[in-house]
Amino acid sequence: MQNTTSTNEPIEPNTTAVEEMREQIQGKTGKAYWRSLEELSDTPKFQKWMDDEFPNRSSIMQINRRDLLKFMGASFALAGLAGCRGMFLPQDKVVPYVKAPEEMVPGKPLFYATSVMLAGYATGVLVEQHEGRPIKLEGNPEHPASLGALDAISQSEILNLYDPDRANIVINTSSPSTWDSFSKAIKPVLDAQKAKGGAGVRLLTGTVTSPSLLDAINRFLAIYPSAKWHVWEPVGRSNVAEGAKLALGKALDTVYNFKDAKVIVSLDSDFLSPTANPGSIRYAREFTGGRRVTGYKGEMNRLYAFESSPGLVGAMADHRWPCKAAEIFGVASAIAAALGVTGIDGSAKIPAESAEMLALVKDLQAAGSSALVIAGDHQPASVHALVHAINAKLGAVGRTLQYISPVDGGVEKASDLQSLVGDLNSGSVDVLCMIEVNPVFDAPTDWKFAEAMAKAKTKIRLGIHENETGLLVDWHLPLTHSLESWGDARAFDGTVSIVQPLIAPLNDGRSSLEFVSFLAGRLKSGYDLVREYWKIAGLGADYEKAWRTAVHDGILKGSASPPVATTVSLNPSSLVSPKVGSSLEFNFRPDPSIYDGRYANNGWLQELPNPLSKLTWDNVLMISPAKAKELGVVDDDLVEIRSKTGKVKAVVFIQPGHPTTTATISLGYGRTAGGVVATVTNENGKMEGGGFNAYLLRTSDAMYFTEGFEVAKLSGQFDLATTQGHQPLEGNKVSQFPGDHREIILDYTLEKWLAEGEAIHKELEESSEKYKKQNLYPEEIFEFKGAQWAMTIDMNTCVGCNACVTACQAENNIPVVGKSQVGRHREMHWIRIDRYYSGSEENPQVNWQPVMCVQCEKAPCEPVCPVAATVHSHEGLNQMTYNRCVGTRYCSNNCPYKVRRFNYLNYTDNQKQFDVRIDDTKTNVRIPLLKMLNNPDVTVRGRGIMEKCTYCVQRINDARIESKKQNREIKDGEVITACQQACPTQSIIFGNEADKTSQVARWRKDPRGYLLLEELQTRPRTSHLAKLRNPNPEIKTAEVTH
Amino acid sequence: MAYKPLNDVMITGDQTYATMDDRIGALVLNQRIHKRNWWIMFTLGLMGAGMMATSISWLLYRGIGIWGNNVPVAWAFDIVNFVWWIGIGHAGTLISAILLLLRQQWRNSINRFAEAMTIFAVMCAGMYPLLHTGRPWVAIYWLFPFPNIMGVWPNFRSPLMWDVFAVSTYFSVSLLFWFIGLVPDFATLRDKAKNRYAKVALALPALGWRGSAKHWHRYEQAYLILAGISTPLVLSVHTIVSYDFASSIVPGWNVTVFPPYFVAGAVFAGFAMVMTFAIPIRKIYKLEDYITARHIDWMCKITLATGLIVFYGYILEIFYAWYSASPFEWDMTFNRRFTGPYAWAYWALIFCNGIAPQAFWIPWCRRNLTVVMLICQFVSIGMWLERFVIIPMSLTANFLPASNKMYYPTFWDFAMFGGTIGFFIFLMFLFVRFLPIINIFEMKDLLYKIQTWAKKHDSEREPVATGGDH
Repeated sequence: MQNTTSTNEPIEPNTTAVEEMREQIQGKTGKAYWRSLEELSDTPKFQKWMDDEFPNRSSIMQINRRDLLKFMGASFALAGLAGCRGMFLPQDKVVPYVKAPEEMVPGKPLFYATSVMLAGYATGVLVEQHEGRPIKLEGNPEHPASLGALDAISQSEILNLYDPDRANIVINTSSPSTWDSFSKAIKPVLDAQKAKGGAGVRLLTGTVTSPSLLDAINRFLAIYPSAKWHVWEPVGRSNVAEGAKLALGKALDTVYNFKDAKVIVSLDSDFLSPTANPGSIRYAREFTGGRRVTGYKGEMNRLYAFESSPGLVGAMADHRWPCKAAEIFGVASAIAAALGVTGIDGSAKIPAESAEMLALVKDLQAAGSSALVIAGDHQPASVHALVHAINAKLGAVGRTLQYISPVDGGVEKASDLQSLVGDLNSGSVDVLCMIEVNPVFDAPTDWKFAEAMAKAKTKIRLGIHENETGLLVDWHLPLTHSLESWGDARAFDGTVSIVQPLIAPLNDGRSSLEFVSFLAGRLKSGYDLVREYWKIAGLGADYEKAWRTAVHDGILKGSASPPVATTVSLNPSSLVSPKVGSSLEFNFRPDPSIYDGRYANNGWLQELPNPLSKLTWDNVLMISPAKAKELGVVDDDLVEIRSKTGKVKAVVFIQPGHPTTTATISLGYGRTAGGVVATVTNENGKMEGGGFNAYLLRTSDAMYFTEGFEVAKLSGQFDLATTQGHQPLEGNKVSQFPGDHREIILDYTLEKWLAEGEAIHKELEESSEKYKKQNLYPEEIFEFKGAQWAMTIDMNTCVGCNACVTACQAENNIPVVGKSQVGRHREMHWIRIDRYYSGSEENPQVNWQPVMCVQCEKAPCEPVCPVAATVHSHEGLNQMTYNRCVGTRYCSNNCPYKVRRFNYLNYTDNQKQFDVRIDDTKTNVRIPLLKMLNNPDVTVRGRGIMEKCTYCVQRINDARIESKKQNREIKDGEVITACQQACPTQSIIFGNEADKTSQVARWRKDPRGYLLLEELQTRPRTSHLAKLRNPNPEIKTAEVTH
Repeated sequence: MAYKPLNDVMITGDQTYATMDDRIGALVLNQRIHKRNWWIMFTLGLMGAGMMATSISWLLYRGIGIWGNNVPVAWAFDIVNFVWWIGIGHAGTLISAILLLLRQQWRNSINRFAEAMTIFAVMCAGMYPLLHTGRPWVAIYWLFPFPNIMGVWPNFRSPLMWDVFAVSTYFSVSLLFWFIGLVPDFATLRDKAKNRYAKVALALPALGWRGSAKHWHRYEQAYLILAGISTPLVLSVHTIVSYDFASSIVPGWNVTVFPPYFVAGAVFAGFAMVMTFAIPIRKIYKLEDYITARHIDWMCKITLATGLIVFYGYILEIFYAWYSASPFEWDMTFNRRFTGPYAWAYWALIFCNGIAPQAFWIPWCRRNLTVVMLICQFVSIGMWLERFVIIPMSLTANFLPASNKMYYPTFWDFAMFGGTIGFFIFLMFLFVRFLPIINIFEMKDLLYKIQTWAKKHDSEREPVATGGDH
């Protein structure tokens, strides 16, 4: 509770603070008075007084008993009155716009184009905004990194915007302050530096792709020529740049063109995952585009993957070899040598058999310029250099990949963190300005950054959360979110986007552009700065028009970096081969959900099941079943990982398909500051999540993989929360006796499908007919001659990336339930991606199966509901009437697909995040911040209610209203569900099945199509298309069982 | 109908009408008879009732999430306990209604007691369907078909809807039946009471009963009609409860044999519970003359018979799982019951319900009260396990392997269950102290019949046996 105004009689503070304020106000009238009050409210003293519930008392204990009772009496009386609001207390007024903003129709969303950044790289988005309130991020179809789709992390940025734990005021050594105080305090410091050319000034940022910010940094460095700019990314791409330098002579970025790739070899690259590659959405689209099969015809590219940790690429691969990350160099060398790259010794021991490698190389050679070899960003420079040589040898450059000058502006101009640590330790740093980095938490332990940082005289951090680093600085300044500020950024291919704000800053923040410009002495708004930059940089003949177009489109058309012509000149002796030891290799990887830890305060991401492990809220020591046996550990066992620099407690998670020689540890967990969600802990036996801090093990000499850690088993176990348990292998074919054809996943090899597809389809049709004959009811259930909604999911192109899960969460106001509730299997996601393994435990094949409510035509849930809360619409939707639901949960029991979700507790309101509110002192309005995030078109469900996928019925209704207004039918493709929209690979198609020309009707008729659990005759409206694989017939290892 | 009242076994000792009035009436009229044992049990029950009240309050405040239910296991302890309790009630109705219609006079000494158990068990059971809903505050009226402005009716196709009617009918008919049977006894006690307050308190429910021939005539008619109404209820209530499962598509639930097998199970559990209470109470209050060893023997035989039906049901379930050729059913039976993480529950159930009651084939076991008590406990546990095996266990794994999840109960699951047991004990011991636990006038009627028969057939009279088996 916060004390609000002095009109509250019992709390009338007869204290000096108020006296002082009164004195200041005295003698001023009119405008001066008000301005003064505003000024006044900005003084630290006033702020402090405002923030104090019992002003000028150090604690509540200093209030005497009588006063306390008086307060209590008053509070109780007022609490009673609060309940009568509306009867005799003045009500909050809701008034219509006197002058409506342009284009705004209340109740109708507006969409604005902008961009969000993941580790500096932009992805274009369209922001859905309701009455000035951004509520959802969707992909910008015109943006090259989005193509209309959006990954889970980028979508979750909207939750970050409303994060109540964001830094909201300037903090000066842990007490509240103001921007004015900061500017007054920092001016003399900077002036003093100016005299010596800024020799003591250091700027530390993450990856900067923004042209205007780069310009601002350049201007800053021009004023302070001796100052230095450092860049730190915990999961950076410096190896990529180094590798390019080795092979190409200069740091260049590689942009891939999977569209033309026929044979792809991934060397530990998870190019389908947004945490591993900034172009992942585009690459996923193009990669799966090369695998689409319609009817009985089609071609598929072939993907070979070498993996040190199971990822999305390995799950999609036609052939996969689990191996050590250090062995990749040997694999690359072997390929290079086999292809005839001169001077390469390809004789290192590698995980694949020589016959397999022979076949792989033959395949590559046959594909020629349509082949593509891609290395993981974390692989050492030598691997990247080799890969450049391989691709050049194959003639792939210019066809399946091209080189562009680096998008990351720091590659050429900035120094790294290590040199900053050196400078700090030598005492030469006076002013350290950090923007949104967290090196205290995530820098390698051997650099001891926290100790070094303490030696800087003035430490300033501009950041969105007051995190581990933020707690140790002198000035912590709130950073605006990218949805609150003007700016620009570049995508993986160099395309420029203008970033526009969608809402006035919720907190008293400044953008990094404004901040750097301020340091350089330019006190201007972000808008002016961006416009000025582009005015000078040049947008076109008609600047104003070009600017408006760029802001409107979200991208600057034609701004992608042009390809750089280059030749590979590889000096084989310069290639450092990583040492392959004989012990367990530990791989540090960014977490698939919370990345390097910067998204740790995001509940959506914390609860997003990791694609393969389906793990939420924690990181683990992930090892293979064989390794677990060897170490004598089982799932959930506590172990201690000991390195030279530290030790951490971790939990064992056994992952089928994990290389036996390696272990994976996700970075980013174990946060100690930075928000309520980020810092949930597992202490006191409470199962909250939060994981362990893997950075404590990470040293600068082994940033991504290392050997030599010890794993010691501790006593005790620790519960992990997964959304899908371990199944027996072949879990999709649980044959109990001869004749049991239970198949949940249908998968074939391409070869088999092309040859026998028609026979297979005929067999499926026959069994389908057989089931239909068992049916007592007539074929046509729905007499209604209108739209009949249906969906089809192509499992062949689904890469399991989780984008649909988050899209659904954002669209449908799905709450975060917390780890203990996920542990009780009460997660609320309406769509889940089931993961099935087949084959051996060491190297199984993975199949993804997205499942949401399949909208059965004869839904088992409907007849059992005693209050008719779930009923069928004439358009074939199985509808939930939340108001009517009493929560017997019978529908969920009777649902064979188990897609119904029940609000066992008051999930919408019980989250810790909802308790935190920002206090806008100017108007005394308390804003329950996260409630602003809710989609007004979708009911927020309370406790005790069943819910499930509705096929985004709000979007259907919206389209229906539009079509009725125009007196026409709803067009095909007019209704796009949230999951469909977000899907990077366009694996989900939704539409009107009754319209035989619609895409969904065509997909449903595809011979690969089948209905999940068709034998139950529930007649689902969602069908799945069988998975196809394209193994090399010359390689026998990855034989598909069909 | 000519029958041979088993005077030597149904009533023992030197009994007259007066001794019966005194002995049974004394439990109500002479409050000093209730000593430490009563207080121990009452306190135990009160504590349980308190725990139940606490868990209900917490449940209403926090939501169903305090229990261990999840998705896919949306029903667990809540429905297990509901079915268990409602099953226990069935013995009472069977004894009072069906045995009355079959003129089984041996029921006279245990029917009051069993009917009280029915009422209390249905009270315990009835709480669950309401409290297990996510929003009981709307469930309490939306489940009833009342005409409303929205024109929305409940879904009459839903077995849960049938449940609402079945359970509410069952409770009201049982209560009425019990009360009507009590009226003549209230009058007897009213007449015998010396304490003024007791007199008034007993006079009110006695409804002005004076024992006239007209009263008796009407009483007999009403009682017979209610017995007629109750009889189908014995079969229908648990049949409908079984429909909750049988009419679904869940493997392990979708079994057509459920209705008879549930009814038999209910009677089985009910008799075990009647004996669980009757044996200690007859000992504490020295009622061995009215509830004789022969009564226990008969009840054991019914338990054995119904137990065999139940066991046959288990075998049929396995047979159907195989015979249906449905992989889901067989998966459920084989991978989730015979083996798997909950196999212990299944095999414990088979032991408790299938193996243990077979001891009742041996007369010695039926006579030895320790053995009888032990087997009754097995039956109670076994019947609870049966519902556990059917309800949550079937839900942990059904169609899509990806949705297979484990179920673990929480403290509050046990608190609510323990609480209802406490509440039941609490009500039972209040009943023991404040209402006649044996039907006085029916016992006198029985005594009369025995004596007149004895006079008539004095010469044929067999030597007095001491409760041995016939």
